[in-house]
Amino acid sequence: MSTPVDADRLDRPRVLVIGVGNPYRRDDAAGREAVRRLRDRAPHVIATLEHDGEGTSLMEAWQGADLVIVVDAVSSGVAPGTVRRFDVRSEPLPAAILRDSTHAVGVPDAVELARALGRLPPRLIVYGIEGRAFDAGEALSPEVERAVDEVISRILGDVQVEGGPPADA
Amino acid sequence: MSRTRTIKVDYLARVEGEGAMYVRVRGGRVTDVQLRIFEPPRFFEGFLRGRRFSEAPDITARICGICPVAYQMSAVQAMEDVCAVPVDPQVRALRRLLYCGEWIESHALHIYLLHAPDFLGYESAVHLAKDHPAIVERGLRLKKAGNDLMTLLGGRAVHPINVRVGGFYRVPTRRELVPVTEQLKWARDAALETARWTGTLEFPHYEQDYEFVALSHPDEYAITEGRLVSNQGLDIAVREYEEHFVEEHIPYSNALHSSLKDRGAYLVGPLARYNLNFDRLSPLAREAARAAGLGPTCRNPFQSIVVRSVEILYACDEALRLIAQYVPPERPSVEVVPRAGTGYGCTEAPRGILYHRYTVDDAGFITDAKIVPPTAQNQKAIEADLRAFVDPRIDLPEETLTWQCEQAIRNYDPCISCATHFLALRVDRE
Repeated sequence: MSTPVDADRLDRPRVLVIGVGNPYRRDDAAGREAVRRLRDRAPHVIATLEHDGEGTSLMEAWQGADLVIVVDAVSSGVAPGTVRRFDVRSEPLPAAILRDSTHAVGVPDAVELARALGRLPPRLIVYGIEGRAFDAGEALSPEVERAVDEVISRILGDVQVEGGPPADA
Repeated sequence: MSRTRTIKVDYLARVEGEGAMYVRVRGGRVTDVQLRIFEPPRFFEGFLRGRRFSEAPDITARICGICPVAYQMSAVQAMEDVCAVPVDPQVRALRRLLYCGEWIESHALHIYLLHAPDFLGYESAVHLAKDHPAIVERGLRLKKAGNDLMTLLGGRAVHPINVRVGGFYRVPTRRELVPVTEQLKWARDAALETARWTGTLEFPHYEQDYEFVALSHPDEYAITEGRLVSNQGLDIAVREYEEHFVEEHIPYSNALHSSLKDRGAYLVGPLARYNLNFDRLSPLAREAARAAGLGPTCRNPFQSIVVRSVEILYACDEALRLIAQYVPPERPSVEVVPRAGTGYGCTEAPRGILYHRYTVDDAGFITDAKIVPPTAQNQKAIEADLRAFVDPRIDLPEETLTWQCEQAIRNYDPCISCATHFLALRVDRE
């Protein structure tokens, strides 16, 4: 996979936002929708990637990035549209929280596998958006639509705070 | 202790997708085994109706993130069958090369991250990685070699978009294949090591007299085309598939169960291919199989982990051969004029034969589609295995038995997202 991180901007931390999901499973596509909108709102500023969530290729994708933000759908029984944020360097990702991937190695597995192999990016933040509907289809639920916008605002904040000049710069 | 118990395993981890497996034990005997799949399975077939014939490869590639190439290949084959499209030999070779990438990628994932932990007593690949990082890193790098080949030929890694009815959108130059060649040479060595390593694992003593079904081709280890054959006399053209195989709806599962008419369960996938086409493996792959302790026939499904290693080795070997002989075709694709009719496609997905049938009208719109994924075909065999496997082990401690049941299911690398979407496994003992 070609690296999605902009290699020209060597003076700034490399930021990559990955939207995980299946585009044909309604709210499961929330993460993908978030990066699509982010791309429209901040083109050329943040590298983005839409991804189906297969864990080992996620590990490949985030290699070389300084700050990685993953957005994924969640099915945990709380109100649809609820947004949760996990700072993965300091806490394990609750495996039961993220929507089970159609792949055996999903996002939580990828994070823990990367941790075991010393392959976590310096900063890794995961946003979970609680979905309502995961059946076949392409439209997001209204609560999830709103949550996607909330996540975009928070990501832009993260990038300003966490993606700013590194401490040793 | 009572002779009546109910084994319960509520969740089957490390299969592709999520589903439920239910095993009931009464009076010390297995009385019922059910593989349950909950998701309505026929969404994609409905979704395809009314779409252009040319859209089938890319739409069906979305059914599975692990074997998109298989879906594309069965779809293009069926559409090229409808429209009577001649396929350029170099296009055919490139498709086989792309498919080798998928075999490497899918098998490496299954061997190292999903199945090996079972054999080595680890709960997951994460636990395995903590103790044996070098082994897991080798698996990841091997998988990446397959991925990179798919990226080069398919346009991108996860859902390749470069395959079209009639050929490819773009074909690589010889020079573009150079970097991946170096990687494949490393992968071939790593695959040899993988076969050696899996050959040293401890396998439960368990053999069954399966009916193996796979594609077979006179000149090559069949991947992209061939006749459908079995070790019990089946020998048919792909278009005759539905005369010999039936699908039935099972009340406890949304997926359709396939069976051979008048015969019942059959097995597809690496073990079937190996048993039916052993003599068409490359000499290196045959030798590695022997060195790993396999004969030309293997009826122990737990040894499928070795067979997958041998198939990775073969895929690397074959990919290098195809690259060495590659001459870019004059045109990446031929023009395809749709015409009314029905076409059939069947290729060897990593998990076994994947059958597609499409009916198209004279304007090129799909009016009917049928897709039979390998996991749906293996469901009966998985259930039969659990029945036969659990019976003599009924007095094992709960945890051990559950572990071994899951391991037995993973022998098939079941892809529930293909058969439907989510499968959660449930074994139940009283």
